Amino acid sequence: MSTTGRITGVNGNMITVQFEGAVGQNEVGFARLGELRLMSEVVRVRGRYADMQVFEDTTGLAVGDRVEFSGELLTVELGPGLLGQVFDGLQNPLPELAEKCGFFLKRGMYFPALPRDRSWKFTPSVKVGDAVSAGDTIGTVPEGIFQHRVMVPFGLNGVWKVAEVTGAGEYAVDHIVAKLADAQGAVIPVALMQKWPVKIPIRAYAERLRPTEALTTKIRIIDTFFPVARGGTYCIPGPFGAGKTVLQQLTSRYADVDIVIVAACGERAGEVVETLREFPTIHDPRTGRSLMERTVIICNTSSMPVAAREASVYTAVTLAEYYRQMGLQVLLLADSTSRWAQALREMSGRLEEIPGEEAFPAYLESVIASFYERGGVVTLKDGSTGSVTIGGTVSPAGGNFDEPVTQSTLKVVGAFHGLSRARSDARRYPAIDPLDSWSKYGGVVAAQDVAFARQVLGRGSEVGQMMKVVGEEGTHLDDFILHLKAEYLDAVYLQQDAYHDVDCATSAERQRHVFATIVHILRARMRFADKDAARQFFHRLTQATRDWNRLAMEAEEFKQQQSRLEGMLMEADSHA
Amino acid sequence: MHKVYHQIDNIAGNVVNVKAHGIRYRELAEITSRRGTSLAQVIRLQGDSVSLQVFAGARGIATDAHVRFLGHAMQVPFSEALLGRVFTGSAMPRDKGPALKDNFIEIGGPSVNPAKRIIPRRMVRTGIPMIDVFNTLVESQKLPIFARAGEPYNSLLARIALQAEVDVIILGGMGLKHDDYLSFRDTLEEHGALWRAVMFVHTAADPVVECLLVPDICLAVAEQFALANKRVLVLLTDMTNFSDALKEIAITMEQVPSNRGYPGDLYSQLAARYEKAVDFDTAGSITVLAVTTMPGDDVTHPVPDNTGYITEGQFYLRGGRIEPFGSLSRLKQLVNGKTREDHRTIMNSMIQLYAGYRETLEKQSMGFRMSSWDQKLLKYGAMFEKEMMDLSVNVPLEGALDLGWRILAGCFDPVETGIPSKLIEKFWPKQVSGARAEAGRSQA
Ligand SMILES: Nc1ncnc2c1ncn2[C@@H]1O[C@H](COP(=O)(O)OP(=O)(O)OP(=O)(O)O)[C@@H](O)[C@H]1O
Ligand SMILES: [Mg+2]
Repeated sequence: MSTTGRITGVNGNMITVQFEGAVGQNEVGFARLGELRLMSEVVRVRGRYADMQVFEDTTGLAVGDRVEFSGELLTVELGPGLLGQVFDGLQNPLPELAEKCGFFLKRGMYFPALPRDRSWKFTPSVKVGDAVSAGDTIGTVPEGIFQHRVMVPFGLNGVWKVAEVTGAGEYAVDHIVAKLADAQGAVIPVALMQKWPVKIPIRAYAERLRPTEALTTKIRIIDTFFPVARGGTYCIPGPFGAGKTVLQQLTSRYADVDIVIVAACGERAGEVVETLREFPTIHDPRTGRSLMERTVIICNTSSMPVAAREASVYTAVTLAEYYRQMGLQVLLLADSTSRWAQALREMSGRLEEIPGEEAFPAYLESVIASFYERGGVVTLKDGSTGSVTIGGTVSPAGGNFDEPVTQSTLKVVGAFHGLSRARSDARRYPAIDPLDSWSKYGGVVAAQDVAFARQVLGRGSEVGQMMKVVGEEGTHLDDFILHLKAEYLDAVYLQQDAYHDVDCATSAERQRHVFATIVHILRARMRFADKDAARQFFHRLTQATRDWNRLAMEAEEFKQQQSRLEGMLMEADSHA
Repeated sequence: MHKVYHQIDNIAGNVVNVKAHGIRYRELAEITSRRGTSLAQVIRLQGDSVSLQVFAGARGIATDAHVRFLGHAMQVPFSEALLGRVFTGSAMPRDKGPALKDNFIEIGGPSVNPAKRIIPRRMVRTGIPMIDVFNTLVESQKLPIFARAGEPYNSLLARIALQAEVDVIILGGMGLKHDDYLSFRDTLEEHGALWRAVMFVHTAADPVVECLLVPDICLAVAEQFALANKRVLVLLTDMTNFSDALKEIAITMEQVPSNRGYPGDLYSQLAARYEKAVDFDTAGSITVLAVTTMPGDDVTHPVPDNTGYITEGQFYLRGGRIEPFGSLSRLKQLVNGKTREDHRTIMNSMIQLYAGYRETLEKQSMGFRMSSWDQKLLKYGAMFEKEMMDLSVNVPLEGALDLGWRILAGCFDPVETGIPSKLIEKFWPKQVSGARAEAGRSQA
């Protein structure tokens, strides 16, 4: 028999409920408002009272209204049909909601995430008598370009025997395709889909590995200078308008991964719409299929209910872990983790917990840490490897990184791509600060070249600072050239034109090639008659290198342009 | 029909507490005291204790005031009859017209399903070159004007409202100075635009918390017009007053402030309003232009800061001009590729050169020697500021682009601008005097 209760208080999206029976932490309940059932989650239990966050607008709830507890945690459906979908934070399919409810979201409407009327072509890969355990593959169904694995429920303990398995055929997601039995005679049915509570990591793998392999995002400043590893984690903090979202949109298009989960968490709806409308029309050069077929969007934008925003990042990471279990490389992009942290703060405030810095709860740091901990590379029980890479944006108040969310995040991630207002104002995109950012992972080019290039950037910037005080006249020609070299590296390599067909994405191979050439230029000794001559030379060199960036690597002109650059370099050497 | 309660237990700030049963969250009540009647809204329920936020302010309310619950949340009447009318911050007539009593709609409704939105695609023409050329406003955009108090942001709003080709203008005033309200009204009237405008005006003289209703009322009305296929422009001034009213209530309710006294949900509160801007796939649209005054001229102040994280760009109004740096229309690239082929080039080149001018100014102030290039930039900067940036300049986009070419030609050689030769050939004025004739032709 399930537990019920009555509302005794309403404060924003928090209700206090007096209940009879047993109630668990994070258990889901439904507040009744006439015909409507508003989904809620227990966030604290004190005696016979449970405080619950309501995932919907609470307008109209009254003291005495009934609450029904479900006995379950907040779960998501995992199975074929997730790819290409757009869900809200509670895994409600938004297009379906639009079909049923029109222009506006409607509270209390919950639809199954996976359509029950669609069937999938199942091929079993076990036979009766086989021994299996959590996460093992029972069979596969094709989902787009992937072989979607139908797996033994992740929560199952111990070793089970296949008691029954159906033959190949077309089945709906809730169709039972196998039955498993244990030594005691207990029987568990396995369908094409399973459910999993979002706040608990899926751990049905053999071993967790250290992330070592670079994940190519095709953004030069990232892959060369501040790389991300498959199974690694990174964050992009930056003031408003500095380019966090654009950077994530670019990554979601071009990153070299199998699947991208986009978690639009508390940001603008308009930005999701761009992805939603454009991805179906963009072809993924790797697969020849539309980008949408490798993408899932979890969309809980800023005007949608705040508690569901908190849930949305967990929904997203659970879907990512699920596809990882199939031996796939998954990238989760969360924009913005600050909005999720703010959702925690709102709830903490209503619970009247003792606030920490900027009113964030004291446990903020551990919550952020355990979220990023869900990234990783694992070997699965069949020997294949899968990974979840997590990249989160951070939106610090006033653009000041010295605040709780940025600082807690920096403690746990493997790479930091800090966006600077100065760079975005100067339209130097992507506005990742090359002097402040860091990464603990290995990249796609030779490490000693990167170290050298960073040195050039650092010293060039020092000269630039000095020049502001003493003017160009007071700067030594050699220092001036160093400054021009740093500016050159910035202009032709760090900066990248997001809207140019070729320049928007640079493959690892091309980065190695181009970077070697540029480092060669940076290392060259140059002699000029005077500063004007030096400046003019670098103007032309910059222009020529930018043109080079815009040529396809396979094109004949690419080689010609490179010879031209080399010719110019000779010229600089013979100056003076 | 609704029960009346007589006993107020607690009065703090603008929040009162009464004991009552069966009251719904966010329900409205009328509180009648010796001072008159005010609307109030339920903001917390705890057992039989009901906290009410009093819109007219709790000053003067006594413990024996009458509280009558209305059984519904805040509503406004919606019909075409709203057009041409002026209301208070709680939607009562402020003009001499009749109170409207039909077709009540709820305010603060749910948000639009992201799956029903479309990518914005139409430019809003304002006749202001700093907007049309450099940071094009796009239908369904949400954009604030960041300014210090005292800048002419309200006249800028009024001007955009008049020149934008929209069907309905909705003005929401929050803490608006009475003079500013009158000049809004008179400007619209003079230009014959009053008949397509509705105003909800809370003035600086009205109780502070009453302004909390204004954005929701304006946007609910806007939504209805937009659903009826109208292109609606909503002007909200000043959202900093709105935020300050939120702060006041939060402090009264003893919420832990997150930043300089503002509540932790300021972002969500502002976003809930701004996100009402929308282009419906099969109906009209809502464009939101707001004013956010920056206390201490500081963008990192919580109100402009949170706003910047929500809106699709911002215009900085400084010294009576729209500042080219910092100002940004994030949607401009959706439309400025389809206007005229030289639009993006003029936009980029002129701004780059203007940035050069600013650097030169800095060098000049440090006493460094001015090169001949510096001299050119100085001449350019002065012309740019006078002929483009000045807010009194009023030309259609095409005229502004032609003007841009004339300024460039008056200051530089074509190669110095870095503009591709194809466009130079087509657009560079042959000689400055001949350019005017040409400009006249392309405008016709
Ligand atoms: N790589 C880029 N190339 C060209 N323009 C860019 C780039 N990145 C950002 N921009 C410009 O900056 C604007 C803001 O970028 P974006 O939306 O990514 O900022 P954000 O950091 O996500 O801001 P917020 O925190 O407010 O969401 C874009 O609309 C675009 O005009
Ligand atoms: Mg963003």
